[in-house]
Amino acid sequence: MSVLVDEDSRVVVQGITGGEGRFHTEQMLAYGTNVVAGAVPGKGGKQVAGVPVYDTVSGAVREEDADASVVFVPPAFAADALFEALDAGVDVVVAITEGIPAQDTSRVYRMLEETDTRLVGPNCPGVITPGEAKLGILPGNIFESGSVGLISRSGTLTYQIVDSLTSRGLGQSTAIGIGGDPIIGTDFTDALGLFEDDPATDAVVLCGEIGGEDEEAAAAYIDEHLETPVAGFIAGRTAPPGKRMGHAGAIVSGSGTGTAQSKIDALESAGVPVGDTPEEVVDHVADLLD
Amino acid sequence: MKLHEYQAKEVFAEAGIPTPAATLARTVDEAVTAAEELGYPVAIKAQVQVGGRGKAGGIELAADADEARAVADRVLGMELKGYSVDRVLVEDAVDFVNELYVGVTMDRGVGRPVAMVSTRGGVNIEEVAAEEPDAIAREHVDPAFGMFDYQARKVVHEAGIDRAVAGDVASVLTTLYELWTERDGADAEINPLMVTDDNEVVAADAVFNVDDDALFRQPDLAEMEEETAGDELEAKAHEYGFDYVRLEGNVGIIGNGAGLVMTTLDLVDHYGGRPANFLDIGGGARAQRVANALEMVFADENADAVVFNIFGGITRGDEVATGINEALDQFDAIPKPVVVRLAGTKARAGMEILDTDRVRVEETLEAAVQAAVTAAEGVDG
Repeated sequence: MSVLVDEDSRVVVQGITGGEGRFHTEQMLAYGTNVVAGAVPGKGGKQVAGVPVYDTVSGAVREEDADASVVFVPPAFAADALFEALDAGVDVVVAITEGIPAQDTSRVYRMLEETDTRLVGPNCPGVITPGEAKLGILPGNIFESGSVGLISRSGTLTYQIVDSLTSRGLGQSTAIGIGGDPIIGTDFTDALGLFEDDPATDAVVLCGEIGGEDEEAAAAYIDEHLETPVAGFIAGRTAPPGKRMGHAGAIVSGSGTGTAQSKIDALESAGVPVGDTPEEVVDHVADLLD
Repeated sequence: MKLHEYQAKEVFAEAGIPTPAATLARTVDEAVTAAEELGYPVAIKAQVQVGGRGKAGGIELAADADEARAVADRVLGMELKGYSVDRVLVEDAVDFVNELYVGVTMDRGVGRPVAMVSTRGGVNIEEVAAEEPDAIAREHVDPAFGMFDYQARKVVHEAGIDRAVAGDVASVLTTLYELWTERDGADAEINPLMVTDDNEVVAADAVFNVDDDALFRQPDLAEMEEETAGDELEAKAHEYGFDYVRLEGNVGIIGNGAGLVMTTLDLVDHYGGRPANFLDIGGGARAQRVANALEMVFADENADAVVFNIFGGITRGDEVATGINEALDQFDAIPKPVVVRLAGTKARAGMEILDTDRVRVEETLEAAVQAAVTAAEGVDG
């Protein structure tokens, strides 16, 4: 068991003919992901890495029974690609694209309310269920199948923690990169809910960072609804207010909201042990699983 | 990207929002001429992109030519919160009876735009929001439909705006919302929106921040961007395409991925050092990018040591190591201690390739940060 994606997921890659799309399609196939189609306007009938390309996402759904999409479309066209995926009715859309204008994402988010599709991202490394499927750009070789669920706003920080988990023999059920943008389709609370319902997940790592109030909301949700134990990490303790730390969403506002301390306090008061270092988080996970 | 007040006012005025008559001046003489033409009293306002200009002495009224000259002379060239003032806006001083607040921003938690109105204009609205959240009326807008007229009327009513000006304030808000949508605003604010004794409303200040990710489709706004940072290294980072924030500590930090770089900063602090910067070189680590990043941190006189932390995901560690070696070849000498930590795919092979005569190699993030902190302290001593 796992969440969001597994060996049965039938994946369509939007933007498969671009450099990133092509490269990561090869990587996803090499990992064993069931990539059944690509979708690029005007490129129907071609093949990329042996995968048939369709002009529309609907075509890929109709002809290849695609039920999950991963999006490598450039920012100016990404929102349109996401609308198309929602319209085609896939179950899961993973938006890798970084730099989508916030007002575009806001409209996508609005459309999402009208559908049953789950959007992950944008500006995220993707989703991986080790040994079964990966949708996105995560390096598959550092993951190991197991019972730890992972939710993170960041890419390489996720890899850092996964690498430590794996080297300590703590495999992962599914890892979800939820993305570093201010507006994202799946937030910590949504992802926690998915793991809570997954019998294969025995503990969850929540890897947050400065900006917004999503970690605080997650802490309240954990306190009220979660049986599965959670360990936390928050990046950006030393970030100065008003400076965007790489991610569009990672900024402590002038009025002092979105600080690391506020998030750490909220998580700790919900009973979530928060590591001072990535290694400490892994220690906490090991303790939770004992 | 932030617009200057005078730029934002041009954009607002073009959309039909009332703004005071004003002229931009870059010299004292220009300022006095502008004041003479406008008629007194005038407000002379430093054009720097920081909040709280008034309190910091960057905004002052002048009642005649002598005062205008004295104020312009003092404000032009002054240092305001780290920015030097090279232009002032000379503006017809509005005789007001009331100061309101009107704003539009994206509510990231809700994923929708929110319009805000308050009778508490003219002060720091973030403080009002923190201390008296009920003093600001808010209305979320469905981005599929845009703001309905009734929503503008409703939020103005709920803010307790006087009936005599409520219609005009609602109209300003509607225009501001449309502007925010069409021009890809991140934040649009009028604070204060002044009310005159004959019940006219005038935007006495204007804030317009553009969504950086949307600049590609706002070419005329993108053209207004200028090197205002004043910080040479931040300008350089912009040129190289790095995400970079300059801090004041003694340990320079280079890494890939925002979350991991932030974590490296935090670890430097955790182990008793002080981060000198945030520098994300992004995916991969090609030699030229690594060299550019090293050049920046070497040029930062505050940084006494460098920690270089790369997690090779798809990019293999041996390729990263080759890139680092090639980058090091571009320097005649390595001016400060560099500690490198590689992890992920082929990290072991990478560490064996690295030139340990020029860099120190550590296996874990924690050890690398500790080594850099210690090295920086040694230089301090």
